[in-house]
Amino acid sequence: MLNYVLSRILTFVPTFIGVTLISFGFIRVLPGDPIIVMAGERGLSQERYDQLSRQFGFDRPIYSQFWDYFVGVLHGDLGISFVTKKPVWDEFFALFPATLELSVCAMVFAVVLGLPAGVIAAVNRGKFFDRALMSSALVGYSMPIFWWALLLIIVFSGNLGWTPVSGRIDLIYYFKDSTGFMLIDSLASGQKGAFTSAVRHLILPSIVLGTIPLAVIARQTRSAMLEVLGEDYIRTARAKGLAPVRINGIHALRNALIPVVTVIGLSVGTLLAGAILTETIFSWPGIGKWMVDSIFRRDYPVVQGGLLLIAVMVMIVNLTVDMLYGVINPKIRKR
Amino acid sequence: MSLLRIRNLSVDFATASGRFRAVDSVDQDVNTGEILAIVGESGSGKSVSMLALMGLLPWTARVTADEISFDGQDLLNMDRRARRRIIGNDLAMIFQEPMSSLNPCFTVGWQIKEALRFHLGLDRRARHARAVELFEQVGIPDPEKRLSAFPHQMSGGMNQRVMIAMAISCKPKLLIADEPTTALDVTIQAQILDLLAELRNETAMGLVLITHDMGVVAETAERVSVQYAGQKIEEQPVVPLFRTPHHPYTAALLDALPERATEKRLPTIPGVVPGQFDRPPGCLFSPRCKFADDRCRGEPPQPCGADLGQARCFHPLSTDERLAS
Ligand SMILES: Nc1ncnc2c1ncn2[C@@H]1O[C@H](COP(=O)(O)OP(=O)(O)OP(=O)(O)O)[C@@H](O)[C@H]1O
Ligand SMILES: [Mg+2]
Repeated sequence: MLNYVLSRILTFVPTFIGVTLISFGFIRVLPGDPIIVMAGERGLSQERYDQLSRQFGFDRPIYSQFWDYFVGVLHGDLGISFVTKKPVWDEFFALFPATLELSVCAMVFAVVLGLPAGVIAAVNRGKFFDRALMSSALVGYSMPIFWWALLLIIVFSGNLGWTPVSGRIDLIYYFKDSTGFMLIDSLASGQKGAFTSAVRHLILPSIVLGTIPLAVIARQTRSAMLEVLGEDYIRTARAKGLAPVRINGIHALRNALIPVVTVIGLSVGTLLAGAILTETIFSWPGIGKWMVDSIFRRDYPVVQGGLLLIAVMVMIVNLTVDMLYGVINPKIRKR
Repeated sequence: MSLLRIRNLSVDFATASGRFRAVDSVDQDVNTGEILAIVGESGSGKSVSMLALMGLLPWTARVTADEISFDGQDLLNMDRRARRRIIGNDLAMIFQEPMSSLNPCFTVGWQIKEALRFHLGLDRRARHARAVELFEQVGIPDPEKRLSAFPHQMSGGMNQRVMIAMAISCKPKLLIADEPTTALDVTIQAQILDLLAELRNETAMGLVLITHDMGVVAETAERVSVQYAGQKIEEQPVVPLFRTPHHPYTAALLDALPERATEKRLPTIPGVVPGQFDRPPGCLFSPRCKFADDRCRGEPPQPCGADLGQARCFHPLSTDERLAS
């Protein structure tokens, strides 16, 4: 097991170097000069421009800039934001809890609905529920996120007034964000209504962000279940006289879980990408919004550092998923 | 009264290419403590008829019968909940492939205790004690340790023992063993058959043994039912069946036994069991039968009387004819 983990971590090395290169290159191929952008409407003198250019190291050749960046990364130094002058690392971890909270809620939404839906569809294959579910999954999967978000906002915030439109909590509440997770902090603050407010703010963004994973998970669960339901051990379970709920929900689902967990792991990448759009729409102060703002400001260190950290997160999640295989199905542990 | 009584059981499958009758008007009786063997080539509907009894066929199957009664209860018109209390409890079944018949995600102990909880309502300790006892009964060494093993960590023979332990866990009145040894080594085969016969002797449960091995039948069974292409074509106690088979198909099966061979080359039955598309209008065996005439080919035969083993044949064999042929 330990060997396996180590060998998996070794395969991260080339991926890591690749991601560093791409994140470094990506923001630089975009047209626009960060110094000009920073100066804004006022403009700036040639002298000042040259001075800043030297300060940021833009006067040196590109490979030497990359090398500096790469060495910094290896030392755990992601550089300092051009705009806020704060370390990228600090900014990332100040904002990351918001994104994590949103992503976890979206994933919980997707899994809690997607798993049972897929199981029920497989058990009733070809019947009405199955067809309805598979068609909605296709719609959910192909629907543009921003359109879906606007639709939900119009209906639930606009027409019905049930949910707030933006932010993480109503402004009347104020407390220290000790963990950065609004659900925990609001509960810890003990202020009446704070937690409810935090939950209400989470609902729409979670639904919007969780819709694509929900569709993917439901479809994958259904197809994995269909395969498993034809297996001999399912016949054995039925020959024991067990109730269908137990056969489908325990004997079959446990075996169908491997491919489902795989897509859940892969969805994390999609989720972080979706978070960028969702956070922008709902003014959610997380890393998605932070990244978009930084791209517009051409804040090189933030963009390249942020991309790198997101990529590392996705890699860690996928490694965890690989580890989970053995826990779910002991037959796989042998390898 | 017999423990199991099946009258006129038919099973039709809805397939992409139309309706297919896998079991055709089969009658079957099993008495308490009796070993009935069902023999026949692959595709003769042995498994399907017993799966129909257990209610384990897929939804594409349509089961019709005049009567299916087990232990005085009418299984045919029973609702599913009530049936589930009998299945796996008084009426149990084991299958051909022990390796794939156990769930790879759970320990064998978990799988055996599950039935004990559901049917007998035993508590944790009692379940564990009973599981250990069952493992000892089916000859699994080191039961305490084996209970926490996963199916893939054990051999096929051990897994089949686990399947048997699971099937007998609630002391069934009837155990159906569907080719329990086909997937196993020859030496293990004999052990498993001995185990089944032994369990029958100890507990007086009825045993239905599905097989296509006439050698197994001779050693284990008391009564034999021969199936061909979905029909039961003959039934006799084992000794008379081997001495005087009445249906030409039974005779041909017996002639194909190595120990009966008179020549160097084993006699075989030419042709194969007719499938969905090539069933003849008359006797289903007629295309392969050396006694078949025009009547056999044109008109389906009805079963003869009990003195002729209920053979579905226009020209049932008796001792003298067999000697003559
Ligand atoms: N689910 C199904 N759908 C359609 N046809 C089926 C299905 N299950 C079985 N059959 C058909 O029913 C017939 C009888 O099958 P069955 O499994 O009972 O044969 P068997 O006598 O048990 O043979 P074997 O010795 O190979 O186990 C076969 O022709 C088979 O193709
Ligand atoms: Mg079979």
